[in-house]
Amino acid sequence: MLSQLGDDAKLLAGGQSLIPLMKLRFANPAHLIDLNFIAGTSYIHNANSALRFGPLTRHAEIENSDIPARIPILYDCAAGIADVQVRNRGTIGGSLAEADPSGDWAVVLSTLATQVRCLGKNGERTVHLKDFIQDAYTTALAHDELVSEVVVDIPAKGSGGAYLAFKRAAPVYPTASAAVQLTMDGNVCKDAAIALGCVGLTAIKAKDAEAALRGRPISERTLSAVAEAARAAADPQSDMRGSADYKRTLVGALVRRAITIAVRRARGEHVEVSHLYA
Amino acid sequence: MKKELIELRVNGRSHEIAIEPSKLLLDALRQDLDLTGSKRGCDDSSCGACTVQVDGTPMLSCTMLAASCEGQEITTVEGVSEHGSLAAIQKAYGDWGGSQCGYCTPGFMMTVRHLLSQNPNPTEAEIRGGLSSNLCRCTGYSQMYQAIKAAIDAEQKGMAASR
Repeated sequence: MLSQLGDDAKLLAGGQSLIPLMKLRFANPAHLIDLNFIAGTSYIHNANSALRFGPLTRHAEIENSDIPARIPILYDCAAGIADVQVRNRGTIGGSLAEADPSGDWAVVLSTLATQVRCLGKNGERTVHLKDFIQDAYTTALAHDELVSEVVVDIPAKGSGGAYLAFKRAAPVYPTASAAVQLTMDGNVCKDAAIALGCVGLTAIKAKDAEAALRGRPISERTLSAVAEAARAAADPQSDMRGSADYKRTLVGALVRRAITIAVRRARGEHVEVSHLYA
Repeated sequence: MKKELIELRVNGRSHEIAIEPSKLLLDALRQDLDLTGSKRGCDDSSCGACTVQVDGTPMLSCTMLAASCEGQEITTVEGVSEHGSLAAIQKAYGDWGGSQCGYCTPGFMMTVRHLLSQNPNPTEAEIRGGLSSNLCRCTGYSQMYQAIKAAIDAEQKGMAASR
């Protein structure tokens, strides 16, 4: 249908971003293809040490499934997106395909090995998340392709993660957010992935911050160095949610806090977190 | 835009209406079915005043299309009363001052009823967390919290009495 209708056609998944954008006339599609009537597009499968999410799996379905208990960072994300009404409708596939700079899933999933399966009339292809999201609102999807599945490798044992967002109220996008997934060996961090949200045009993989954590013992000195590197990696813009300086400071503090929680979880502790509110 | 005939099931009744496929569920409910309980508050998915239940799950009727809901059961605040009288939560909101101007109340009803159906005995934190998805600018939330507690107590007493 997409190839027949051309560029003026848009896909409607949960609609929690597209419909507001249409109200503002930022999006004005001539044709809307409602995916909600396609059966079998909402599922969570666990096979071959990977989780496979159907594109129309709602955030609330992920929040309420028993699988995220094993990957706490996924639960932090699913349970913290907007408010309950939005989580009941919004989808993981829609969130990635929209590639909003403030979207939560892209931040969290870029700390895990994530692949996006894209289906078009010539068949299906698999794209790494880092290649999938190319810029704000821009993905590797061709106009006649859609997201058919999101595949996330289950992190190894001894790995722990956390996602923290700072929000002014439940329904709004975060002011800034940080996702950390790390593997511990005693008190030393063996491997780390750190991503920052809402402080750039896409989720930012903070490579220098990861390097400052990898192979180091978890100490005040390490945390300070990592937070400093995360602040340097952020590229925020001043807007109604806060000034660029404020967001930069905030994201450093979030990274530091997320690491502390991720370390405890990597040791097998059960730590509940919720997003922070202004 | 050309209108199309769609069938909506609302509060246990089926309605065939001719609407534009781009019509929001909120507008179809208010304009085509005269169910004006659900309110347009912010119109940008922030306030929850338009909350209805779709197959028992609270969603924002201002952020979904009516045509997306064909084949699903929609419940609005008009479908909340029991046997023609107020449901326990509605009565408690009145008794405890949980409703003042009343504009946000239908949305709260739909959110709170879902919370209680999932979790009949929520903790204080769960109740307060459950209220975070709807905005009220008159009474604040403490009276609502008291009302919800009272409704839970009434429900439990009622169940104990009928045993």
